[in-house]
Amino acid sequence: MKNLRYSGEEILDTIQMVRAEQLDIRTITVGISLLDCASNTTEGLCARIYDKVTGTARDLRKVGLEIEQEFGIPIVNYRVSVTPVSLVAGRVPSEDFVKIAQTLDRCADTLGVDFIGGFSAHVEKGMTPADAALIEALPEALAATKRVCSSINIGSTRAGLNMDAIAQMGRAIKQAAKLTADQSSIACAKLVVFCNAVEDNPFMAGAFHGVSEGDAVVHVGVSGPGVVLKAVKAAGDVDFGQLTAAIRSTAFKITRAGELVGRTAAGRLGIPFGIIDLSLAPTPAEGDSVARILEEIGVGQVGGHGSTAALALLNDAVKKGGAMASSYVGGLSGAFIPVSEDIGMIEAAEKGVLTIDKLEAMTAVCSVGLDMIVIPGDTPAETISAIIADEAAIGMINRKTTAVRVIPAEGKKVGDSVDFGGLLGRAPVMAVHQASPARMISRGGRIPSPLQALIN
Amino acid sequence: MSRAIVTIIGSDRVGIIAGIANVLSDINVNILDISQSVIREYFTMIMMVDVSAASVSFEALRKALSDKGEQLGVKVEIQREEIFQAMHRI
Repeated sequence: MKNLRYSGEEILDTIQMVRAEQLDIRTITVGISLLDCASNTTEGLCARIYDKVTGTARDLRKVGLEIEQEFGIPIVNYRVSVTPVSLVAGRVPSEDFVKIAQTLDRCADTLGVDFIGGFSAHVEKGMTPADAALIEALPEALAATKRVCSSINIGSTRAGLNMDAIAQMGRAIKQAAKLTADQSSIACAKLVVFCNAVEDNPFMAGAFHGVSEGDAVVHVGVSGPGVVLKAVKAAGDVDFGQLTAAIRSTAFKITRAGELVGRTAAGRLGIPFGIIDLSLAPTPAEGDSVARILEEIGVGQVGGHGSTAALALLNDAVKKGGAMASSYVGGLSGAFIPVSEDIGMIEAAEKGVLTIDKLEAMTAVCSVGLDMIVIPGDTPAETISAIIADEAAIGMINRKTTAVRVIPAEGKKVGDSVDFGGLLGRAPVMAVHQASPARMISRGGRIPSPLQALIN
Repeated sequence: MSRAIVTIIGSDRVGIIAGIANVLSDINVNILDISQSVIREYFTMIMMVDVSAASVSFEALRKALSDKGEQLGVKVEIQREEIFQAMHRI
């Protein structure tokens, strides 16, 4: 048996992970710089963007399908991220910003990718006219396109929180919900508000190609809540040391598979490999749930007491295993707990065990934000802004990324349910606090950046 | 050399190895090693093969094996060796 270098157990282990435990590569995302596309005219800019994006990522699907066949690991999504559009649209009249979004949508169609991210602006310190025009155009741009995702960075540990921008984003989210009222306000599912956004995130809706990146780069996001759940179940009632060891070794394998796929794709596309994002991303499929892992660790139901600690240990163990498996870990690499995309989260929210307050607490340790949470359609814009401000404050003080992707579903109230279909899943409408934060939001200005010493 | 691992899972019966070996030989894939055992209650045959001189694409090879497996009542997978190297070796 000198040629057979792997044991039958090892080979079956890999096959079982794919077949029964939903191991997959969640996304291969090609980041593309648009900095060389700037133009004096809208037409010139749009033409350059279309040519550059469709040219650079031309073979993405083809290469992905080949790799899927050869390694026997499914690649679920193909995506493109681009330079934040406000950086290249300085010469575009404000009424033309929707046209740029439509151009990006056409790029996604041509390439056969499910989302393209980067209709974005960074306004944590201040706003250029182009940033303001982009935010102004957001509701219509997201309503008029299918595959365009947007992210707006409104705060950072270094800059503090731009409360004027936060106030605007509350209104933009409301407006986006209204414009897509007939589609469960789906425009809001394509819009993320960040504090401390990262430049190499491959996951949507928050992916954009940061200015510190090269001309083009291939990032990979792995998945595997199902595989981790299996490992936690197999470990049984062991102590935390042994439990985290089981999670670490599983994360190692998942990450190695992701890195192999990413590097192979990068080589065949002739684009440098960037990073692997170690986030555990759930899907609505039973068994592919982060909530189920927390429940298997022993939290009665996710949202109950102990959930924050369980999530902290889970995510830390995933990062430790993954960091050993790959030289270039990046992106968000945190726990994703998008309520509508995780069957365990959906159930807990329906029962009222999981609340927005508990989700917010989880973001203080490792979750990257309030994600895919449906709130009542009559939630005031100021309340949405205040939710964003709370979440951003957690990110700012803890020097981590936090994000808000909430959907104030038009015409829906607590007790109703909203179905987005596909990977975006379905979610019950969750309650928000009724006390009005309007006075706070109307103050305007910035919350100053925090002290970096005296950190207790 | 470009190596891949063929995994055949199912119940044992006459002609499985012969059937799969015929498919491989028809498309010029060399078998380097074979082992068979019962793992986790499945009857499992594992072949290390060299696909560098294969006369068809990897996709066609995968389909030919999977079709043959269906005829024989077993599940057949083929994956490049690198995936096992990546996941199971430090």
